Amino acid sequence: MSVNWSKYSAPQAFYPLAGRLIPWFAIVAVALMGVGLYMGFFVAPTDFQQGESYRIIFVHVPAAWMSMFLYVVMAVWAGIGMGLNARLSYMMAQAIAPTGAMFTFLALLTGAMWGKPTWGAWWVWDARLTSELLLLFQYAGIMLLRTSIDDTRRADRSSAVFALVGVVNVPIIYFSVQWWNTLHQGASVSMATGSKMASTMLLAMLIMTVAFWLYSIAVILARVRCIMAERESLSVWDEQTAVIQDAAEAR
Amino acid sequence: MSRSSMWEAVREVVRRDVLLAMRRRSDAAMSVFFLVIVVSLFPLGVGPEPAVLKTIAPGVLWVAALLACLLSLSRVFTADYVDGALEQMVLAPQPLALLVAGKVFAHWLISGLPIVLLSPLLGLQFGLEGEALGALVLSLLLGTPTLSMIGAIGAALVLGVRGSGLLVALLVLPLYVPVLIFGAGAVTSSMAGIGAEANLSLLGACLVLSLFLAPWATAAALRIALE
Repeated sequence: MSVNWSKYSAPQAFYPLAGRLIPWFAIVAVALMGVGLYMGFFVAPTDFQQGESYRIIFVHVPAAWMSMFLYVVMAVWAGIGMGLNARLSYMMAQAIAPTGAMFTFLALLTGAMWGKPTWGAWWVWDARLTSELLLLFQYAGIMLLRTSIDDTRRADRSSAVFALVGVVNVPIIYFSVQWWNTLHQGASVSMATGSKMASTMLLAMLIMTVAFWLYSIAVILARVRCIMAERESLSVWDEQTAVIQDAAEAR
Repeated sequence: MSRSSMWEAVREVVRRDVLLAMRRRSDAAMSVFFLVIVVSLFPLGVGPEPAVLKTIAPGVLWVAALLACLLSLSRVFTADYVDGALEQMVLAPQPLALLVAGKVFAHWLISGLPIVLLSPLLGLQFGLEGEALGALVLSLLLGTPTLSMIGAIGAALVLGVRGSGLLVALLVLPLYVPVLIFGAGAVTSSMAGIGAEANLSLLGACLVLSLFLAPWATAAALRIALE
């Protein structure tokens, strides 16, 4: 039996599908987060150089991965929106931006908390930190551009253009910052600890990554439902009461 | 369409913008004055120590150039947007990206080139000399067109949007980071005796990439704004 996937590109069809999927993603995300954090904090061995402080890696690294990954996903949705002129793609791009910005902020915050005990400073102008900070600025730019334009269609397409410009720019920023950094200071803050990562550590980190991934899907689907409820006429769908509730909670 | 009519159109766009700027010279002079004032503020804030000034000179001069370029961005499209000339450009048979490239080139002639020409003087204020001054001029010569190119994307995106002046800064400044790094890096490395070639080559690469991509992005943004 073949499924007509293109049916779900219409918001009316996608709305209930998203509603059915959210609980599954959310439950599995919470369960995996529990497993990953337990493994990270209780099973994984203590690092011989950094002691217990390294354990923030189980939040920090997956958050940093997600922040970059979500930017690319957002740009892909923006590109699909531009290419196919699909409303749902723009809504997805809009829904991804806040989650991506949140993970970027989380990566910076946990990085600062990790940097204080290991490097002795909350902030250093390391290449990764700097490019992550600039990534946060780009997320902020996209969200600000969207909110300053009242016309939805123009807001969608303008922020899509900016997201696509950004995706070209992010690698350039990354490499330029890396070269700038090597010019200015030595590798005193290199993240390579030299020790090979224990397999439980790696496993816990991967579990946390999958958990963050599923969490992102759940949150983005919930947000995209709110965006649909805001933009489209509510009376079209039978889940009307649920829609109003969701929209009220989102505000 | 014949190739000659395309280039004729671009030439006319450049000629018109430069002519308009010459008729109202104070507009173009303002961003240059801004640059001079901002650069002069730094010694007052940091102190007149020559060694310190020499160390911060590349960064200060480049950041000031970047801000001066940013402030002049609103002039690229706004007047044409208000009086409807931009709409005619979108409707013109010539490719919009090409006309946009012409407008950006004119913008660079008006607000970028004066910065390049003035920079040796400002460099002398900060105690730069010889090779470093040359690196400063060359890096600005390669870098400011890139700034105009990237800035035009932002200017087109915020066309007619409320609070556009501040918004364009927030959009464009993160995109300016590589140019700033390579530009200031060229001056710093020539001061350190490493030679500026590597950074200047990277600036040239940025310029080529932005020449290739930015007009298309700007044209797309303009079409969206004028829809």
